Amino acid sequence: MINFLEVNETNNMIEHEKLDVRTITMGISLLDCCDPDLDVLNEKIYNKITSYAKDLVSVGNEIGLEYGIPIVNKRISVTPIALVGSAACKTPDDFVTIAKTLDRAAKEVKVNFIGGFSALVSKGMSPAEELLMRAIPKALSVTDRVCSSVNVGSTKTGINMDAVKLMGEMIKETAELTKDNDSLGCAKLVVFCNAPDDNPFMAGAFHGVTEADAIINVGVSGPGVVKTALESVRGENFEVLCETIKKTAFKVTRVGQLVAQEALKRLGIPFGIVDLSLAPTPAVGDSVAEILEEIGLESVGAPGTTAALALLNDQVKKGGVMASSYVGGLSGAFIPVSEDQGMIDAVNRNALTLEKLEAMTCVCSVGLDMIAIPGDTTAATLSGIIADEAAIGMVNQKTTAVRLIPVVGKDIGDTVEFGGLLGYAPVMPVNRYSCEAFVNRGGRIPAPIHSFKN
Amino acid sequence: MNKAVITVVGKDTVGIIARICTYLANNRVNIEDISQTIVQDYFNMMMIVDVSQSNKPFEDIVNELAQIGEEIGVKIRCQREEIFTKMHRI
Repeated sequence: MINFLEVNETNNMIEHEKLDVRTITMGISLLDCCDPDLDVLNEKIYNKITSYAKDLVSVGNEIGLEYGIPIVNKRISVTPIALVGSAACKTPDDFVTIAKTLDRAAKEVKVNFIGGFSALVSKGMSPAEELLMRAIPKALSVTDRVCSSVNVGSTKTGINMDAVKLMGEMIKETAELTKDNDSLGCAKLVVFCNAPDDNPFMAGAFHGVTEADAIINVGVSGPGVVKTALESVRGENFEVLCETIKKTAFKVTRVGQLVAQEALKRLGIPFGIVDLSLAPTPAVGDSVAEILEEIGLESVGAPGTTAALALLNDQVKKGGVMASSYVGGLSGAFIPVSEDQGMIDAVNRNALTLEKLEAMTCVCSVGLDMIAIPGDTTAATLSGIIADEAAIGMVNQKTTAVRLIPVVGKDIGDTVEFGGLLGYAPVMPVNRYSCEAFVNRGGRIPAPIHSFKN
Repeated sequence: MNKAVITVVGKDTVGIIARICTYLANNRVNIEDISQTIVQDYFNMMMIVDVSQSNKPFEDIVNELAQIGEEIGVKIRCQREEIFTKMHRI
């Protein structure tokens, strides 16, 4: 039988260390909504989402109450819209109508984000995919809850540099169209390499074509729990450190697995995966940077940061995989700047640069995330940064992503407020040397060789 | 599974257990185990209960116990047992 100490440990995690289930994301396939008539297509999309997800929020709240664990977000991911709309959409504005439909459906079922305004163009772009990408700035400026992602490369296909170039321009345009809101549109736009089909986390969630008609994916979190557990092993060697992270990750993931099982039972939808990610929030004590500092760094960004993060990421996975039958999504430590108070502090004390963050993305999940940069950064520079991240993902066979916000009218030293879970961020400097000639070459970077590994 | 764990934390006062047990009895919730300590005037109790005989929806039990807690100045949580067993047992 369960004892006093165990019950207290769990409840302390929830109450004081901010353990929560970050998201229950329902993936819904829209492939059967395809129709050459745009109005019919929009109606089918709206009907399918609102009927499948009508109970998602209430079931999420019910589970949260019964188990006493906060379930922070309920979200939806859908099939990449570039595929769904390819027969009906002849202009970018046609795709914008679908974005509006997604937004309306999300509001109807009361989820806070819907992901999947996406295109997968790692090798080439179809005309429809290019139209969708050109529709992104407007789509993100006229909707509130729609998130967009584009996969521009993979280990198997190489990097589509035409798409990389276009996305640099689209990020600039999104920033411009949402400049009255500190270019907030860019916070809902991710450029991926090796994007997973079953990621439950926004803004990069979409429901891949390899998935079933509908599935439930759950993202757990708990940087505060890991940080607190590590406080009790200060000064101990790496073996003890790793054991502690593993055990904690196991416990956190079990909660996610439990919530996933309950959700699918009550919603009658099959289980996809649990995403074992350490996802920080701007709240104090919910920070990945603080874990790295607890491991022994004066500030995140100091020499040793990449090694500490590699260790953390690996141990979280090792502990987590045993706790869930199906693990997927991004699964690893997130290092967004604006959503992590420890990262923000490190940038403000000049300990953390864009280049160090890039190095950190080599060993953890995702990539350059929620970083505010000067508004006068050129589209070519954005494309260059995307290409660098995509190259890291391509060569290392991992997911990498870029979510940069070139804040119109702001410069180094300014601060940008995004609000809520998106947090706030100091504007960080970007290398000013040009990569225009590189980006303008056109074509693609071939897939890397899979032998002679050095 | 119809077991739940009730935890009560707060300043010690007369009649905390009586009040909670009366509520549970009225709603046909059976107490299987109960342990309690007082640390520096702070009342700390844990109960394992079986709710399978109760006609009340579990959600209502959670909310009403929380309400009783507010009335007597302690924090009462009622959670399904699995969150603890899943986390602490392999």
